[in-house]
Order: sequence, then C-alpha cells, then structure tokens
Amino acid sequence: MLFADDGICLKMKKNKSLMHSIAAAPHIFWAALFIVVPLLIVVYYAFTDVEGGFSMENIFGLTEYFDIFLLSLELAVIATFVCLLVGYPMAYFIAKADPKMQKIYMMLLMLPMWTNLLIRTYSIMAILDDGGFLNTLLGTELHIIGTKGAVIFGMVYDFLPYMVLPIYTCISKINKNMWEAASDLGCSPLQVLTKVILPLSLSGIISGVTMVLVPCISTFYISQKLGGGTFELIGDTIERQFVSGTLNVGAALSFVMMILILISLWVMHKFSDGQEGGIVP
Amino acid sequence: MKYASRIYLCLIFGILYIPIVTLILFSFNATDSTSVFGGFSLMWYKELFASPDTFIALRNTLILAVCSSLLATVIGTAAAEGIYRMKSKLFKRALTSVTNIPMMNPDIVTGMSMMLFFVALVGILGIEYENFGFTAMLIAHTTFSLPYVILNVLPRVEDFGKSLSEAAMDLGCTPLQSFFKVELPNLMPGVLSGLMMAFTLSLDDFVISYFVGSSSFQTLPLLIYSMTKKKVTPDMYALSTLIVVTIFVLLIVSNVRNGKKNRKGGAKK
Repeated sequence: MLFADDGICLKMKKNKSLMHSIAAAPHIFWAALFIVVPLLIVVYYAFTDVEGGFSMENIFGLTEYFDIFLLSLELAVIATFVCLLVGYPMAYFIAKADPKMQKIYMMLLMLPMWTNLLIRTYSIMAILDDGGFLNTLLGTELHIIGTKGAVIFGMVYDFLPYMVLPIYTCISKINKNMWEAASDLGCSPLQVLTKVILPLSLSGIISGVTMVLVPCISTFYISQKLGGGTFELIGDTIERQFVSGTLNVGAALSFVMMILILISLWVMHKFSDGQEGGIVP
Repeated sequence: MKYASRIYLCLIFGILYIPIVTLILFSFNATDSTSVFGGFSLMWYKELFASPDTFIALRNTLILAVCSSLLATVIGTAAAEGIYRMKSKLFKRALTSVTNIPMMNPDIVTGMSMMLFFVALVGILGIEYENFGFTAMLIAHTTFSLPYVILNVLPRVEDFGKSLSEAAMDLGCTPLQSFFKVELPNLMPGVLSGLMMAFTLSLDDFVISYFVGSSSFQTLPLLIYSMTKKKVTPDMYALSTLIVVTIFVLLIVSNVRNGKKNRKGGAKK
C-alpha cells in the first residue's frame, strides 16, 4: 500500500515537472526565433556586402560616422544630466508630499508619459518654430529650432518622466524611520539628503539614467523635428539607411550601437550592484 | 521649504504641460494656422472624422494592441511558471537575459533587426511583404511586450511559492487544475498589470512599427508620423487632442477605481 502511494506520488511529480518544462517552451521558442535569429541576421548583414559575400567594409566604413556618434553621445549625455538635475528634486518633493497630493502628481506625470512621443515632440516644435506660438506671442524672431539647445530641450521634455518615476519609487520605499533617525542623530536636512537619501536612491538613479540615455542616443524623430534638418544623429543615420535601402550599412551601425549600449548597461549594473551591497548588507 | 517645493513642482509641471495645452487650444482654431488663433471652430474635428484613414488606423491600433497584449500575457505567464521551476541556474539566467534584450536595446535596433528578419522570412516563404503587414506587427509587438509581462508576473510566482499548488495536487488536482484553480487567481494582479503594460506599450509604439510596418497596415502613431511629414494642419492637432483626452479619462478612471479598492481593503483590515 505504502509503496503504491509512493509510486503514484512519483508519477504525479514527473507529470508536474513535465508540465512545467513545457510551460516555458513557447517562450523559449519565441525568444529564439524572434529575438536571437533577428539579431544574428543583423550580424550577418553587418559583415556582408550587397551580394551577400563576406566583407568588413561596412564595419570599417563606420569611421565616416564617428563625428555623428560623438554628437549623439554628447547631446544624449547632456540631456540625461539635465533630466537628473531637474528630475531628482522633483522625485524628492513628490515623495515628501502628502499621500493625496502624491497621487495627483503621479497622474500629472503619467499623462505626458502615455501621450505619444510624436505628439509631444511635435507640440514643442510648433511652439518653438520660427513663426511659431512663442515668437508670435512675444512678437520676436528668435531662431530656436535647429540649435543644439532645441534638440536637448526636446529630449529632456520627452524623457523627464522616465527619470522621475524610478527615483520617486526608490525614495518612497525608503523607511521613514531612516530620515528621522538621521536627523535625531544630528544631520541637517541637507545632510539627510546627501548622506542618507541620495545613496539609498542610487538604484533609482541608475535605472532612471538608463531609461533616459538609451532612447536619447537612438532617437531620430526629435532630431528630425527640432534639429530643423541640420542635425544628424546616429538614429537619423540608421533611419536614412533604412529608407534608402542600404541595409548592410544600417545593420553595421545598429550592431555597433547595440554592442556599445549593452556593454555600458552591463557596466552600470555591475557598478550599482556593488554600491547597493556596500550600503545595505 | 514646503512652499519652495510646491513652486518648483508647479513650474516644472507647467513647462511639461504648456505644449500639450497649446496643442489642444489650436485644434479648435478656425484658420489653418498653428501659431495664430483665429477664433473657435470644430472644423478640424469634422475634417478628421471625414477621412476614413483615421478610423482604419484607430481600428488597426486597437486590434493590434488587444491581440499582441493577450498573446504576450499568455506566453509570458506560462514562461514565468516555467522559469521559476527551472532547475538549471545557468539556463535560467541565459533565458532571462535573452528575454530582456528587446527591453534594453534601443527601439531602433530592435526595429531594424525585426525588419531584416521579416524580409528574410518573406523571401523564404515566397509571399509579398504587403500581405504580411499584420502578422509582422503582431510578432514584433508581442516580442517587445514579453519581457514586461514576465517582469510583472515572475515576482508574483516567486512570492506564491510551490507549497499551495503541491497541496492542491496532493488533494487530487491535476497540474493544470491546480494552476487554474489555485495559482492563477493569486497571480492575477501581476498578470493584469502585465497585460495593461503590454497593451499601452503596443498602443504607443512608433519606432518598431515604423521599421516593421508596411503601408497595408497603418496604426495611429504611423498615421501621425505621416501627417507630420508634410505641412501640418490642425487636423493632426485634433487627432492628438482626442488621444490625450482619452488617456486622461482612462487615467482618472483607473485611479479612482484603485483608490476605492484601497479604501475597501483598508476597511476590511
């Protein structure tokens, strides 16, 4: 009797594990076919010429785009930094507001986030344009579109919520007793911020920075609209290859950009893991 | 300090909202200018509704968002189950890393890779890309939604643990019954937020759709893009206004409902 029970149990266990290994199967199949294979095709295109023969020309030819790469990086880094500078106090103030106001602020932050990027970008362009709303309102002839400042402003405007949200989540999770303990032990409000809150919200900052930096580097719509046709960022270059059908060069650019971004994300996560482990054991 | 923080927040939110407000304002403009207000009129809304493109794009966007988010939720929830119970740590890590690639990668790279893949696939299958529009979009949208679904469901599966479903099976449930009757109801909040996220991501996506899409299957973001390519008239503003207002109403409704739920939960305790 006992043995028979064991037998049934064993059989059921086998059944169960079979079901659970099948559970992930569709996803494994999906990920292999629609994530891995497309990336391999990008690599294939990057290292072949139009006829399909092996060639390093696309990769070596990328030196031509070095300046564009640098410009994209420059603008994206500045925009991310401004986002952090503007967004951190925002997240901090929202987290400190009373719960009812917090909800309203969150909603105000979500609405632009859920509004399509094209609409947001276009609406800034309509305001800043030469004959646009701002110039009509002020009666001036400011030339803003087509400057670096306009592109950076667009990036900051479009992606600011992505910076505020993770930092806010991180700060609001910090135990309130920590704040009190710190001030009881003699910290000034500023010291509480720099010595307690800032280090504890580092993981929020890291995810905010990645969430802003990656779309900033690869954008093409913002630079198209707010750059007034004078700016070419790396995203524009890739999009141009796509439109003109020079897919091998486009694939090479995508490949290099992907490698660079994945490496920098990996480094940043290593760095943030180490920090977290150091502060909270 | 309190006033300073309020003023700061008001200022930033003000800047964040000025463009959206001007956009709404000029959608009611009586002239075709987007900078000088020439009186109130609804003519741009009329023009928008007169064009069949708007409705086709709206219909396509909704169909695509519903299908891709449901598909991603089903595959993703099953995957979370499987990943949690995987024995090999190495394989588990490898699978989650691969899954997260579309989330980490810039959209433009994901779009490019999928486009090249579909071009190759269409070549192999010997069909026209034009006829492949919806399928291509469905696959692409499901793929970039999947990591977000798993991200929402996996922590729930981990919290739930194995003991309850094992108890259910000891009491005579088949593995499937134990999943649907015991585990799934407990995972529901995570599954639903994953579904919601996948749905909104699909509604909002432009970059990947731009690369993958073909003219046979146009979505709202693609329509907006083609509208902003030429000289813009306020009909694009009218369309944007409608989208913004819809999102605003949805946000308020979901917030009010959440608030009620929280209060109920509090009263029970």
